[in-house]
Amino acid sequence: MEKLLKLLDENARLSNEQMAVMLGMTPEEVAAEIDRLEKQGVIRGYKTVINWDKTEREYVTALIELKVTPKRDLGFDEIAHTIAAFEEVQDVYLMSGGFDVAVMLNGRTFQEIAMFVAKRLSPLESVLSTATHFVLSRYKEKGLLMNTVPPDERRNILL
Amino acid sequence: MMDYENLMTERLRRVKPSGIRRFFDIAAEMDDVISLSVGEPDFMTPWHVRQAGIHSLEKGKTHYTSNSGLMELRREISSYLSRRFHVSYHPENEVLVTVGGSEAIDLCIRSLVDYGDEVIIPEPSFVCYRPITEMAGGVPVIIETKSEDRFRLTAEQLRNAITPRTKLLILPYPNNPTGAVMRREHLEAIAEVIRGTNIMVLADEIYGELTYGKACHESIASIEGMWEHTILISGFSKSYAMTGWRLGYACGPKEIIGAMTKLHQFAIMSAPTTAQYAAVEAMRAGDGDIESMRDEYDMRRRLIVEGLRSLGLDCFEPEGAFYCFPCIRSTGMDSETFCEKLLYDQKVALVPGNAFGESGEGFVRVSYCYSTKHIIEALKRIKKFLNATP
Repeated sequence: MEKLLKLLDENARLSNEQMAVMLGMTPEEVAAEIDRLEKQGVIRGYKTVINWDKTEREYVTALIELKVTPKRDLGFDEIAHTIAAFEEVQDVYLMSGGFDVAVMLNGRTFQEIAMFVAKRLSPLESVLSTATHFVLSRYKEKGLLMNTVPPDERRNILL
Repeated sequence: MMDYENLMTERLRRVKPSGIRRFFDIAAEMDDVISLSVGEPDFMTPWHVRQAGIHSLEKGKTHYTSNSGLMELRREISSYLSRRFHVSYHPENEVLVTVGGSEAIDLCIRSLVDYGDEVIIPEPSFVCYRPITEMAGGVPVIIETKSEDRFRLTAEQLRNAITPRTKLLILPYPNNPTGAVMRREHLEAIAEVIRGTNIMVLADEIYGELTYGKACHESIASIEGMWEHTILISGFSKSYAMTGWRLGYACGPKEIIGAMTKLHQFAIMSAPTTAQYAAVEAMRAGDGDIESMRDEYDMRRRLIVEGLRSLGLDCFEPEGAFYCFPCIRSTGMDSETFCEKLLYDQKVALVPGNAFGESGEGFVRVSYCYSTKHIIEALKRIKKFLNATP
């Protein structure tokens, strides 16, 4: 199972047949295993890593640090779920260290993100403070280099 | 006017240059070539190993080491070989650290082979044994291994090749380019022929860590009565992805290792110091790296073998190294034509099998030291090529 997940993690577009060959399984077994992992919620979905900077679309990402007051009994879960429900929000993490919740946010412009923080996040009851950090340049996402792909330095042919 | 051509020794002039150099040059000039041709890992040297090299530089370890190599490293090599392959060598005088496995091969052949001595070389195999033998004045005796024998050297072939002048047998398994391995029973059969003779075996086990399936690689030196007959040669390049560090080793009876060390000290002095410190770390803490790289190669191996077979190419199941060696006779082309056309038509670079000896004709070497994405793209292009070929 771990090997299958590793393969999918690296390249979710491999066909079941290809993965079956690589893992010494039948395609049916791979399909059943993926089905099981999806049902168990181990596999949450499949996405594409896109470098939006290379497209026409305007695309801004920010990391928002939130300090929040935990609720009695619910801790940080309630506020985290509330924030996660916003469509603009990409990632929500409870953090150790100097702040409590980290939110990764995507928007079209700096302005749009600033407004979202001011109008949606800051007013939330348990949010004490926010600090917004805009991403200026993307180098690597999900383990993939965003711009330069280093050339294969091995000489083309070597016996 | 200088007559440079005639300055070269006659022996060197007689050594055949690689006939496919021209083909390699074409590939190097083309853009967007998908290559499955290199013979080195795509992985980088594990970080902790690189770090050990860097630390040694920071500490100012920039001098020669002893001719035989750092004692610390020789001890690690000795304990590694005993742990992994159950062969035992004294670090004091039975281990020599060399500049890659290649130097060890060169030293071994030049130390043992006199004018007229015969060296038995199974082919297809790595390209260096023959020219080095010829430079030493020896006579290469080629054994053509067969795909029906799974490219193994058989005892019968060996027995038929031995003459009173036979000095050395090259045993290059796991094999580049075929991916063939010799399992214990095959080694036993070879040992049966060698025991009781005065023939030495140069066991080139550089791919020893890269065998697939249940059984691990076994060294011929671990077979009863064969230690005395064997120079075991290996290195760090393939197993730890350390090709550029240029570090290998030879182990064997102290008389021969001593002679090789004599030659080594005059020609080389000592292997690179930084590389030796990195190698100590690799041997101490690198087993996990080997395992994860081997797992990765194994998946790619299955993918590519299955891929080539599904294109209708006859491909014997490689069990070692990181190559497969499909037969392309069904296309009606010879190896070089096949590779050249494939390169021009679909920009895929493979190595013609005859680069590894005449018996490699009709085959091509396909390396899987590449990402699965790369392999899948190459297979797609090969498919297009085969479909377009009548």
